[in-house]
Amino acid sequence: MTDRLNAASAASQRVRSPYSNWFYLPAAIIFGTLFLLPTAASLFFSLTRWTLFDYEFIGLANFVQFFQEPFLVKGLINTLIYGVATSGLKVVLGLLIAVLLTSDVVARGYLRSVVFFPVLVSTVGVGITFTVMMHPTQGVINETLHFFGIKGPQWLSDPWLVLLSIAFVDVWKGVGLATVIYMAGIVSIPQDFYEASTIDGATGWQKFWNITLPLVRPATVTVVLLSLIGGLRSFDLIWAMTKGGPGFTSDVLASVVYKQYQAGFYGLSTAGNVVLFVLVGLIAVPLSIFFNRREIAL
Amino acid sequence: MTLRLTRRVTLIGAGALMLSTALVGAAQAETTLTFLVDNADASVAWAQQLVTDFEAKNPDIKISIETRPGGTDGDNIVKTRLATGEMTDIFNYNAGSLFQAINPVQNLVDLNAEPWEADVLDSFKSVVTAPDGHVYGAPFGAAMGGGVLYNKKIYADLGLQVPKDWATFMANSEKVKAAGKTGVIQSFADSWTAQLFVLGDYFNVQAAIPDFAAQYTANKIKIADTPAALRGFQHGKEVFDAGLLNADASAATLDDALRQLATGEGAHYPMLTFAISNIQANYPDNLNDVGFFALPGDKASSNGVTVWMPSAVYIAKTSKHQDEAKKFVAFLASVPGCDAITKANGATGPYLIKGCTLPATVPAGVADLLPYFQSNGTTAPALEFVSPVKGPNLSQITVEVNSGIRSPEDGAALYDEDVKKQAQQLGLPGW
Repeated sequence: MTDRLNAASAASQRVRSPYSNWFYLPAAIIFGTLFLLPTAASLFFSLTRWTLFDYEFIGLANFVQFFQEPFLVKGLINTLIYGVATSGLKVVLGLLIAVLLTSDVVARGYLRSVVFFPVLVSTVGVGITFTVMMHPTQGVINETLHFFGIKGPQWLSDPWLVLLSIAFVDVWKGVGLATVIYMAGIVSIPQDFYEASTIDGATGWQKFWNITLPLVRPATVTVVLLSLIGGLRSFDLIWAMTKGGPGFTSDVLASVVYKQYQAGFYGLSTAGNVVLFVLVGLIAVPLSIFFNRREIAL
Repeated sequence: MTLRLTRRVTLIGAGALMLSTALVGAAQAETTLTFLVDNADASVAWAQQLVTDFEAKNPDIKISIETRPGGTDGDNIVKTRLATGEMTDIFNYNAGSLFQAINPVQNLVDLNAEPWEADVLDSFKSVVTAPDGHVYGAPFGAAMGGGVLYNKKIYADLGLQVPKDWATFMANSEKVKAAGKTGVIQSFADSWTAQLFVLGDYFNVQAAIPDFAAQYTANKIKIADTPAALRGFQHGKEVFDAGLLNADASAATLDDALRQLATGEGAHYPMLTFAISNIQANYPDNLNDVGFFALPGDKASSNGVTVWMPSAVYIAKTSKHQDEAKKFVAFLASVPGCDAITKANGATGPYLIKGCTLPATVPAGVADLLPYFQSNGTTAPALEFVSPVKGPNLSQITVEVNSGIRSPEDGAALYDEDVKKQAQQLGLPGW
């Protein structure tokens, strides 16, 4: 026993783990085959014209082609609009609902579960349901409007409205999560602040503006980050509701790339994914550094 | 060896199928083949009836049917399964330009030497012929016309005549609208249906420019710069601008549109004639209210129909039961094969196998289609069967043009860009 210990320390002065490096192997194999290898392969295939059956090396032509795609600019703008709109609405609505649901409202527990319920439903199911409800002539929304003598718009086929309609559904589905995060934030604010301000004669609005809002900032950061990233990479709801249509009016980056895969332009769409990877990195990394710094400051 | 023997015997005797069954089948134990078809109602019904009839004659072969989605999702599945060697023994897939994109020489079993090839019409063989000059598929279904399905009752009530030129078509539609019904039905929720004004107009394009397809394949002609080719895009816009569309055009599906047409809510629906089988299945009482005419062009003197070939059935090279699979394809390409298809879903158009006949009574729409085939110079194959160049985004572009979001000229220019990618992907010269 002592011999072996002595031998080990004599063999190396370095600090050594008592475990062999071979223990890394299973994880390395899984990481390598499922992550590194496909990443390297996709970098390679993004430089080729690829039919799945064979490929031809064409250098950077795919990237040139991708940036010339007429739908790319539209998709980029739509992605940004969608990300900002859903994220903004979730912050505002989530906070308001959370304030309501942390007050002494009737049937609070029931209301809390009602608000959270849409989060649990399948996105595609929600998309299909709302597509039916937003049908221009037979949908329940426009039939209701018609009952009051209003001619409802073409929710999902008016090119100016379609993206906002989908964003609305996204907010309806996702606001529950924002609410829960905000409720946790509000509940963790010490009651002393409110009591002290009540003694000083503060109104409800003043309490909200000067106590609640500043002190739920960590929750706001979380909600903004989560919903912005979710909005930027959104695909499933849009695909379920309009497939990017009518025409290309509700296309986002992910659906542009997906359509290129469908069309069989495998090299081009792989190049698109490489671009998407870089873009999301460019947005997400500075954001997370910025917010992390703020969190330390707080 | 068996193959050549079978072929010689067939040449001598008439009953090709029975003999080859007797020669090869008797010696074998039971085999199960897999058959991948698209999930359209008609395709599944045809496949089931074909399999039932085939199994009755070949008790030693069982076939199990799998389904896949149609459209671009289906393209992806077929390509992926072929590339990974996971394809079923037999499968159906488009003929023409999409067939060229699945690399037939590398992935499919060469059917050039099959005895039944002599019975397949040349017009179909040409759309399943690979670059090596060999034939790789057999027709799955009947030829279709692309044009306008119309409601005969509305036409009778309003005393309208079948239009031979575009101006009359528009005038008819206006009269229908004035009578309180939908002039032209569109169904943009199934975006592929929006392409008919463009694709169905190809008879008129090739009437004006006979070598359009060759020039188009060689990248010597652009749609946006060619007035005759641009007309299809403009037609969609004209119909929209005239306010002839159904109120729910943007959200209607193919089924919605066929309901409106069959029940007389609307008069015209640009569509392929295969949809008549949907009407037969869902609105049998209205089947004979629906007629068909070719999409009219500028001149009444030149009026003919753009023809779509049916999809084809192919055998994957990875199949371990190629001999049995060939027997099924031989059955498909025989008179009993056509009869099985008729039995499954009624007649939808002329078959592409010699000797196949249609029943004495066919739906009114099909009866309207047949005369185009019986005279000379009144049919032309759709562009996708005479040129491998077909862009993937035409359906979205036509939805935008037909619903007034984009101008026809802009849409055509966008489509010219779109086909460039496809041509480059296929490695065509001149792109």
